[in-house]
Amino acid sequence: MLELKNVNTHYGQIQALHDVSITVNQGEIVTLIGANGAGKTTLMMTVCGSPQASSGEILFEGETIAQMPTSLIMRKGLAVVPEGRRIFPGLTVAENLHMGAYFSDKSTYEAQLQHVLGLFPRLQERYHQRGGTMSGGEQQMLAIGRALMSHPRLLLLDEPSLGLAPIIIQQIFEIIEKLRDEGVTIFLVEQNAHQALKIADRGYVLENGRVVMSDTGEALLTHDAVRKAYLGG
Amino acid sequence: MRGTLYNAVFAAGITLVLTCLMLGVQLNAEGTALTVQGADAERWIWIIAGIALVFFVQLFSPQIDAFFGRMPKPNLAALKPEESKWRVIKPWAFSALIVGMLIWPFMVSRGAVDLATLTLIYIMLGLGLNIVVGLAGLLDLGYVAFYAVGAYTYALLSEYFGLSFWVCLPIAAMLAAFFGFILGFPVLRLRGDYLAIVTLGFGEIIRILLNNWTDLTGGPNGISGIEKPTLFGLEFSRRVSEGSQSFHEFFGIDYDSSQKVIFLYLIAVVLVLIVLYLINRLMRMPIGRAWEALREDEIACRSLGLNRTVIKLSAFTLGASTAGFAGCFFAARQGFISPESFIFIESAIILAIVVLGGMGSQVGVICAAIVMTILPELAREFSEYRMLMFGLLMVLMMRWRPQGLVPMKRPHLELKQQ
Repeated sequence: MLELKNVNTHYGQIQALHDVSITVNQGEIVTLIGANGAGKTTLMMTVCGSPQASSGEILFEGETIAQMPTSLIMRKGLAVVPEGRRIFPGLTVAENLHMGAYFSDKSTYEAQLQHVLGLFPRLQERYHQRGGTMSGGEQQMLAIGRALMSHPRLLLLDEPSLGLAPIIIQQIFEIIEKLRDEGVTIFLVEQNAHQALKIADRGYVLENGRVVMSDTGEALLTHDAVRKAYLGG
Repeated sequence: MRGTLYNAVFAAGITLVLTCLMLGVQLNAEGTALTVQGADAERWIWIIAGIALVFFVQLFSPQIDAFFGRMPKPNLAALKPEESKWRVIKPWAFSALIVGMLIWPFMVSRGAVDLATLTLIYIMLGLGLNIVVGLAGLLDLGYVAFYAVGAYTYALLSEYFGLSFWVCLPIAAMLAAFFGFILGFPVLRLRGDYLAIVTLGFGEIIRILLNNWTDLTGGPNGISGIEKPTLFGLEFSRRVSEGSQSFHEFFGIDYDSSQKVIFLYLIAVVLVLIVLYLINRLMRMPIGRAWEALREDEIACRSLGLNRTVIKLSAFTLGASTAGFAGCFFAARQGFISPESFIFIESAIILAIVVLGGMGSQVGVICAAIVMTILPELAREFSEYRMLMFGLLMVLMMRWRPQGLVPMKRPHLELKQQ
């Protein structure tokens, strides 16, 4: 579904990604783990076209999207939940969700709204509240809900567990699995390697901008080097 | 205590330096020579009293703050009737207001109607800038440039091609929008302070261009004798030009110069209502929400597939076209325009209207425009101190209602739950 072939990304002179090749198949949860500064977020943002890859190919459903402007890529059927949630704090939950469905027509919007509110009943309770007044976990739900409003086939999640309480993290990961069961393909970037690998079908390990390992989630979870580096021995 | 003492000494010191320089000494021209003259005893007492006031206010600022904090604030929200009642009353209240605005000029003096027309122009400008600054969050300090473009569009087209006001109105709006587009395209990648500086520069460029392009615009002499608007070809002057008819002859009534003033006022009311309606609709449309979303978080907007250039440009262009609208009407009302009417202070006043009213709030902008145009008229005796009063008003507002007179409320729709 999503395929990266030998992608290199630069920030000015600095090379952040070195020949990264990754494949995400239909219906999978694929996770990308790595330390701070390994290039996880850069990889995800490169898929979104900001920054654009300096070389290599990015294919989404067979179409090359590497040199497209971000705004067009984001209308292709993939959605991203950016790092740090980035909801609109001054807009209400309803308006935040509406922004997610900016390009859909009214009937799909309403159907998708019911679907999202079904997934996150908490958002229904807070429907007319301003986004910025909610707790971190609720904001993360809103960020995921907003991304889902465009009815994406591929969902990119950048550190959904960032700064959340363990019980909320648990809920978020349950929802991610539920989404996969509904047929949404998920590409998950996480620091919380343990949680991420548990639900992942496959995983990639990124170190200093290079993919150093890839295997099934289960295999990575028990792999010695991974355990030492990311799972605390 | 030490902190406030330090503040007090510092503020008093600054006051001392400023007042000594500005009030304490005077330069007098005696023949060709300049002599420095110190102030007399009475003035020195005033200066010292002023410094003492600053010192003590700073020294006791926590106590003063606490005192004002305890002062009851009017609860405007409580004045508004309940939601269900309000929904019934609302259309009636609006119709009553509009009818009132249409009847009112026939009962008051000519000067009052004239002032009201000026207020309506500022309301239009405020509403336009409100899109750019209040909703899209783009700080535009050169807004008056688009106002000038609108005004000169009508003045020039009327002078060189004899086009009428009604033909020029949409042209002026479109041309101003075009200028907004031209300016917006290169500068919208800037934000905050940088955008403010570039727009400020643009405002000055337009003014200086108008000032120096003497062949076309008449330079500092401006353009005079701009035609007044007509009512379906009926003119509002005592003697009409060749081939047309005057209003009072057509209806067989006596000529009265106030007819023209009232007619202009009515045009302004109609224009404001049109602008208000259009902007209100736009704000409720997805594009209006996108402006706000872009102001709140640009990255999130991009992640949702929104094109930020298009959204910013649309806000900029729409704001500019409103100013063009207002400018065209201003030229028609005034009958004379010169670059003097489009100086930076105009931009500052319009911006002050938006900020005072409460960013993004239309009711607030209207209230602030009324306050900002009527107060200086009421306080005519103090016209020398106008800027001082503006400053004072700003400081007081920032102290008590930093969110503006009527802060923006989120317009929200109730979804019917099955």
